Amino acid sequence: MTEPLLRIEALRIAVRNSERSVEILRGVSLDLARGEVLCLLGESGSGKSVTLRSVLRLLPDKGTTISGRIAFEAEDLFELPMSALTALRGRRIAMIFQEPATALDPVYTVGRQIVETIRRHEGVSNAEATGRARELLERVQIPLAERRLLAYPHELSGGMRQRAMIALALACRPALLLADEPTTALDTTVQIQILLLLRRLQRELGLSIIFVTHDIGVASEIADRVAIMYAGRIVESGPVRDVLRRPGHPYTEALLASTLRRGERGHRRPAIPGAPPDPAELPGGCAFAPRCGRAEAACSEGMPPLVLSAPDHCILCRRPVNLGA
Amino acid sequence: MSGDTPLLTVRGLRKHFLVRGQSGWGGKQRLHAVDGVDLFVRRGETLGVVGESGCGKSTLARLLVRLIEPDVGDVIFDGAAVAARGGISVRALRRAVQMVFQDSLASLNPRLTVEATIAYAPIVHGAPVAEANRRARAMLAQVGLVPEQFADRYPHELSGGQRQRVNIARALALEPRLLILDEAVSALDKSVEAQVLNLLLDLKDELDLTYLFISHDLNVVQYLSDRVLVMYLGRVVEVGPVEAIYERPAHPYTRALLAAMPTMDPDARADEPPLQGDPPNPIDPPSGCRFRTRCAFAEAACAAVDPPLAAVDGAGGEVLEPDHANAGAHYASCLMSVAGSGHSRAPARIGVAA
Repeated sequence: MTEPLLRIEALRIAVRNSERSVEILRGVSLDLARGEVLCLLGESGSGKSVTLRSVLRLLPDKGTTISGRIAFEAEDLFELPMSALTALRGRRIAMIFQEPATALDPVYTVGRQIVETIRRHEGVSNAEATGRARELLERVQIPLAERRLLAYPHELSGGMRQRAMIALALACRPALLLADEPTTALDTTVQIQILLLLRRLQRELGLSIIFVTHDIGVASEIADRVAIMYAGRIVESGPVRDVLRRPGHPYTEALLASTLRRGERGHRRPAIPGAPPDPAELPGGCAFAPRCGRAEAACSEGMPPLVLSAPDHCILCRRPVNLGA
Repeated sequence: MSGDTPLLTVRGLRKHFLVRGQSGWGGKQRLHAVDGVDLFVRRGETLGVVGESGCGKSTLARLLVRLIEPDVGDVIFDGAAVAARGGISVRALRRAVQMVFQDSLASLNPRLTVEATIAYAPIVHGAPVAEANRRARAMLAQVGLVPEQFADRYPHELSGGQRQRVNIARALALEPRLLILDEAVSALDKSVEAQVLNLLLDLKDELDLTYLFISHDLNVVQYLSDRVLVMYLGRVVEVGPVEAIYERPAHPYTRALLAAMPTMDPDARADEPPLQGDPPNPIDPPSGCRFRTRCAFAEAACAAVDPPLAAVDGAGGEVLEPDHANAGAHYASCLMSVAGSGHSRAPARIGVAA
């Protein structure tokens, strides 16, 4: 087996506020192959965005305790000096966000921001960088690319801003794209455009993508593999088809059952009782046990075991469902 | 009022906002938020309203309860015109029509306990305090929150799903007949969304309510609604029974909206986006049909003629006055559904017998 592009091992992150320390990631491990699209799927507070941000070490140093290891192209990101990390950010690993306003600077034109990024990382001439910026805007299907180079972010529509942010992220041909809910704020007809664009860029450029979303529909459109997160842990991961068709973790199964599909009408839904737990007051053992219809006494004690329902389909559960064909 | 009068009728409702020009100086521009909307909501039904951002669906909701004054147009509640001589006052309207918003935290007063929040409006409307508090606790139980546990809590001590239950309880405290739900489940996690949808179904049966349910989520609208109204840039483009809208959509925009939904099936992924670009700016909407700039079937006629809402099924594309007595009526505002409209795909005129 070839070396994964990115490997996260036993990542634990605790955040300290004035009174106490709260563990928000509780041992996250994952591998991302070259050219693979992995969706981190979970509800608010499950730790999916924190996992993504930790790859670029975007979490504040103060009050954050991190343990575990993140290796990118076999390099330990936590051991890297700040200068090497800065060189990596934006060049080998790029990130896109839900809100393009957080990635684009309002006082510079879109073209200038892309040119500056290319020149900073690669030291090429202004003319060459400008040429590449234009190609990038064409690649992300912004019409009239030449003219849009001179546009300020506020002059673009929502979907166009999202495309401009993707162009900026791809400026230095990164190997890994981190996408934090990039389509969540978009209208349905624009969301599908951006998903299809990302899929095409991924194919053409051989990108690896980690895509954070709470929307199973979005994951089903873009993911090769999904990892389901709950209360700071990955509770299930596997190929997107397997996980959606034969979910192994009771949480995944309940989440799929409570998600409306096309054509459903009127009858009461099988809802998951209760609410996602407060990370400061997690129950012992499996965090889902208090809401789980299959839980037994042992589930509340000790770490649930990791079960394989197929060689590449892992479930963190004492009483998984749909095991065996 | 007779049984077949709609609970709510809206005719020719229009609201334009004057906004500062995009460049920052220069004159004001006119944003066509809601631009001539007709609709009705029948007693006991759920009317779903769908559309993308900027289509005017939230402005419509605010106009209906007079949080905003319309420029022109009539809102008729239970046969009585709102704020008109001999009609129903705005104050009385707001007892009968209540609203639940998307942001469950912003719509609660952070300094009021849950009980005080729910009892507030009945007290304003003249209920004795003790009685209002007793009712508030009963409402809490009805929305699935144990009164002993939740009555004395403040909004920040609740989860998003619990807060939305409180908002629903507060809206129901005045015993309204129509509940307007504006993206009321959109901010909730899926596992919690299912709980709140179940609650809405139960309450509708128990309290004999009528819902106007506004959402951008087509699955949720299909799940709850009896009829669905599709908006685009301030106009109604299609309205009809939920099965007709989802199975036989007539307007190209409705078809595109449905085709743009994620499939939930990795083996049936979309290859082509059904529409290019974003919805146009409501400041300067296109002439004629507002959808024509993104429509694959647009022809010269579409720029020249503003398409009327015309019957889709079996009526040969006649332009009809919307008929609230006909539960199955399905209308679309597209020249392709209007006989003799000049569009090459329009149905032929039926024989001139009548």
